[in-house]
Amino acid sequence: LQIYLPIADLPLNIFVLLGMGLAVGFISGMFGIGGGFLMTPLLIFVGVPPAVSVASVASHIAASSFSGAISYWRKRALDVALGLMLLGGGIVGTAVGVWLFTKLRALDQLDLVIGLSYVTLLSIVGGLMVYEAARAIMRERRGMPPIIRRPGSHAWFHGLPFKIRFKRSKIYVSAIPVWAIGFIIGFIGAIMGIGGGFLLVPMLIYLLRVPTATVIGTSMVLTLVTMASATVMHAATNHQVDAVLSFILMVGGVIGATFGARTGQRMRSERLRLLLGLLVLAVGLRFAYSLVVEPEVLFSIRAVGRGL
Amino acid sequence: MKWVLGSLILAIGLVNPAKAERLVASLSNHRVAITSNFVGEDLVLFGAIEPEAATEHAEKYYNVVVTVIGPRQTFRTRRKARVLGIWVNVDSREFVRVPSYLAVLSNRPFNSIADTDTLRNQQIGLDNFLLTQRVGPDIGDTVRDDPFRVAFVELAAEAGLYTENIDAVTFLTPTVFRAAIPLPARVPIGDYDIDVKLFANGEQVGRTTTTLEIIKAGFEQYVAQAARNYGLLYGLATVALALLTGWFASVVLRRD
Repeated sequence: LQIYLPIADLPLNIFVLLGMGLAVGFISGMFGIGGGFLMTPLLIFVGVPPAVSVASVASHIAASSFSGAISYWRKRALDVALGLMLLGGGIVGTAVGVWLFTKLRALDQLDLVIGLSYVTLLSIVGGLMVYEAARAIMRERRGMPPIIRRPGSHAWFHGLPFKIRFKRSKIYVSAIPVWAIGFIIGFIGAIMGIGGGFLLVPMLIYLLRVPTATVIGTSMVLTLVTMASATVMHAATNHQVDAVLSFILMVGGVIGATFGARTGQRMRSERLRLLLGLLVLAVGLRFAYSLVVEPEVLFSIRAVGRGL
Repeated sequence: MKWVLGSLILAIGLVNPAKAERLVASLSNHRVAITSNFVGEDLVLFGAIEPEAATEHAEKYYNVVVTVIGPRQTFRTRRKARVLGIWVNVDSREFVRVPSYLAVLSNRPFNSIADTDTLRNQQIGLDNFLLTQRVGPDIGDTVRDDPFRVAFVELAAEAGLYTENIDAVTFLTPTVFRAAIPLPARVPIGDYDIDVKLFANGEQVGRTTTTLEIIKAGFEQYVAQAARNYGLLYGLATVALALLTGWFASVVLRRD
């Protein structure tokens, strides 16, 4: 069943879109990530123009993270205070990222910068997560006690001032690293066109030592707000949000996210981290592959607006 | 006034009255509306030839070339090359105000309709169509085997936007013909010009033009207009839709 998408200007099979929404939604609910780094390349692959893909994916992610956030809220696995503070840094980071994005585009090498940042970031983050999670699983297999919290092992930033107690997450940290993490996520998100959940989750776990249980719900709150504002900004400036496309993705996405969230909560956190690490690493390697291997067609065409 | 203008145009067309045949063409549909179930369609153009001096041209062999030109747009063609082990765009050319859709249809191979010079002058075929390129500060068409031009035409043909078909025009009688214009699913929205050229004995003996309009209709048009004219409201509505969908799902699919 084909449906014509009014902004993307092409017909696509509605079931393919629903299926894509479902699959990405499941992953996003399970790991508490937006899934933009999966959905955007998928849409471009089926023929949707990149600008429309990026803009429409934002609202799809907003929908799945909202339904995910609700189910984590019910389970009290959500730290609103932490989420809002991260958001503060995120807004500043986004503004700086958008500014740099415009500068890079003027140099005509934005594609390369995006490709390279995907490869570097996803490979490193994915690799580290796989390594850490595999080690945790091995320790457990050998019957050693899991290392959850080492009271003595404070990183340097734990000594910073403006300490705040986040009750839901049971952590007591300085506001500075929280704002810094928010800033980095916002900045990278604006440059790479992703929500940044897959970066935020490990940062919160490893740097701030937020328990895995509240990490996912909190990350979803941040994703929800950034993606909702990204949708409005894209719609107001570029007019590239395809509501029909978004809606089909959303319907698949929210169903997938609900089931994904349930599956995620039933799984052991090391397993969850290992899987997410493998997924991130795989996408990173895929990008590396496309940069290194000779493309089938060396040429590409892009419309640069109505002539004169 | 209109009549005066019309006859003036006719008079210009009749510069060489001996060679001019009257050519009329009409589309099955002058306005194609794209609705939610649009997956592309074939448009039919009918044409009739009225020989100027019936006795002289009665046994003449007519050939027809139909060129359909979509709304003009500027495209950038980029070429990749390996730099330090990775493939990056190293070079690009801008095709300035070229058709976003181009179909050249005829009843037989172009080279048996007219000689190379005539084909070139009349821009018959994708190879001969003028595709203006920006090369440095200059704008102009390059040789037809220029790699950027070849790649551009190839990629556009792959997308179904540029076509060349030497069987698309069929003669129903010696003076009546029909042409099938293929509109792909991703057909660009806008105004199209259709140029019908009549050849006999290797020379152009008649010409007529008509227009076609491709528009979005119904819900599609409503959404597209809202996105363009009320961007902020449209964005807020999309977010509201997202939140509603998310909330609805969490209520309906709740199991605990």
